[in-house]
Amino acid sequence: MDTAQLIFKLILVVAIFAISLLIALYSTYAERKVAAFFQDRLGPNRAGPYGLLQPFADGIKMFLKEEIIPTNASAFLFIAGPSLAILTACIGSAVIPWGQKLTFGNTVIDLQVADINVGILYIFGVVSLGVYGIMIGGWASNNKYSLLGAIRAASQNISYEISMGLAIIALLLVTGTLSLRGIAEQQHGFWANGYFTWNVFKQPLGFLLFIICAFAETNRTPFDLPECETELVGGYHTEYSSMKLGFYLFSEYINMFVSSAVMATLYFGGYNFPFMDMLSKIIDPNWVTIIGVFLFFIKIACFIFFFMWVRWTIPRFRYDQLMDLGWKTLIPLAIANIVITGIVITFLNR
Amino acid sequence: MESLSNKRKVLIQKPLNFWERIYLPAIVKGLSITMSHFFRKPVTIQYPEQKREFSENFRGMHSLKRDEEGRERCTACGLCALSCPAEAISMIAAERKKGEENLYREEKYAAVYEINMLRCIFCGLCEEACPKEAIYLDGDIVPSEYLRKDFIYGKDKLVEAPLNQ
Amino acid sequence: MSTFYFIAFLSVFFSILVITAKNPVHSILYLILTFFTFTIHYILMNAQFLAIVNFIVYMGAILVLFLYTLMLINLNKDSEPLKSNLVKVAAYIGGACFFITIVSALKAFNTSQLVILTNPNLGLVKNLGKILFNEYLLPFEVSSILLLSAMVGAVLLATKETKTA
Repeated sequence: MDTAQLIFKLILVVAIFAISLLIALYSTYAERKVAAFFQDRLGPNRAGPYGLLQPFADGIKMFLKEEIIPTNASAFLFIAGPSLAILTACIGSAVIPWGQKLTFGNTVIDLQVADINVGILYIFGVVSLGVYGIMIGGWASNNKYSLLGAIRAASQNISYEISMGLAIIALLLVTGTLSLRGIAEQQHGFWANGYFTWNVFKQPLGFLLFIICAFAETNRTPFDLPECETELVGGYHTEYSSMKLGFYLFSEYINMFVSSAVMATLYFGGYNFPFMDMLSKIIDPNWVTIIGVFLFFIKIACFIFFFMWVRWTIPRFRYDQLMDLGWKTLIPLAIANIVITGIVITFLNR
Repeated sequence: MESLSNKRKVLIQKPLNFWERIYLPAIVKGLSITMSHFFRKPVTIQYPEQKREFSENFRGMHSLKRDEEGRERCTACGLCALSCPAEAISMIAAERKKGEENLYREEKYAAVYEINMLRCIFCGLCEEACPKEAIYLDGDIVPSEYLRKDFIYGKDKLVEAPLNQ
Repeated sequence: MSTFYFIAFLSVFFSILVITAKNPVHSILYLILTFFTFTIHYILMNAQFLAIVNFIVYMGAILVLFLYTLMLINLNKDSEPLKSNLVKVAAYIGGACFFITIVSALKAFNTSQLVILTNPNLGLVKNLGKILFNEYLLPFEVSSILLLSAMVGAVLLATKETKTA
């Protein structure tokens, strides 16, 4: 890798970092706005035009609030919790392919930070690591509500990781590769060889399972039991204040962004869009790439909207219902999905 | 036991059928309901800029009235203070000097007239007690303040603006 | 090579902290760090699949469960009972035996040849899968049956009590 490539990668990393933080920032605004529209209200509209400066106002407020570390809390772990939460949320976006390669003369620019050949598993690992931030923070607070929230988060994440993994295995049977770039390239265009190329049409049940698990892994309603206000005061972040609380809330939104990006890549064609081959004959391929990146972000935005839409529609599960759904419904369904996919693939390959 | 009114309904809990058990149709229905609300006109009234119309018998901030010639009607009889159940009103009376006939209608007037808006319960009894039709609760909602002392309204805030202005 | 020594030093350092930490939760957290350094070792050996599986299974699942169990224990009390002297003596003897065995084993063997991989891409998923499902298919399947039987056994153990009760 030469210096120019290295510099470009560095720029890409910083850009993706900035974009994911910005999207997370505006997700908080969008959440309030969307919630308001669903409830026939207006939402924040005082700070700036249409309230667009509201997230910055919230951020300043978060920074200026008093930092409180409870006396009996273990101070190091109390700080390590939110830091770990935001770290694991941010590193997930490293393997997502944001677009096709850009070509300027001889230089080819890859719009992906790291094309490792176990990309999917990397995402999976980062997701499974995400629970540590919550657990450590919840335990270090030395508060029973925080501890209960942390325990709920841990058991919920472990339960839903299994069905998420099984859903991914069925997808891998279809794609035959673990690299996210490879999976995205297989979904080129929209229609090929008499069938849709997007994986959602090949794995509808798998997608359904995956999106349910994504809701559970990001602790979003209807699975937001770790921070269930009605039972646990504030859940794992009961004792947190100031920007440490902000980090926890922020990491949830970054997680939402990353999982939306993963879902768009795995099941909804990533940066691919219909008629892209036709378009690349008419205009410069670089423009097609840029349109692809733009459409990828539109897809992500749609998923984020869907997350919010569900949040303001479906009430929270009870804890035993959550476990029943995870272990007694999703896992058998996911295994059945693997079996069916396997049979169909062997049948088609014959 | 026999129901006396014959209105008792027996609750029958049917086991969920297949479509009800997979929840998805219900979830889709719920999502469509919320989506229909998404495009509805918001019912919010943006308060300081837009104001909702008050009812006719709404009782808001007090105002001390003037008569047709712009003279203060209040004669500091103290009936309002007496009638006030919250003891929010206090006043100091003074005698009208020569040359002040265009300011005060009666020979006695209120030199200081204070209403503590934190105490006031907006019952309107002062309005009813007033023999001179000097006080009415026809104003707006009392605005918020940062300090308690700012809620004690003097004549500067209570007396109606002069006619010729 | 210096990376290897640095990471190796970290692994040893953290694993010593695991056994010396007073607080069990801290000890688990050090264990997580130890496993993380193992993951880095795997990556240094270009065994990406093994690295990521170590990451997911050990760091992401097993240690979460460890931490989960430890969180439920009341750590404030000195619930750990004092061991009897006999156990202490036995522990010393056992430890000494183990130490002697390791030292003698190290002395008995000459320094081994460096293992040089004929195919540096052996650790990548594709090659690993091909080897696992061709040459080592039988051991692979047998070990999966072993895991399945362990799982069934665990379920049986868990459900046994509810039936009798």
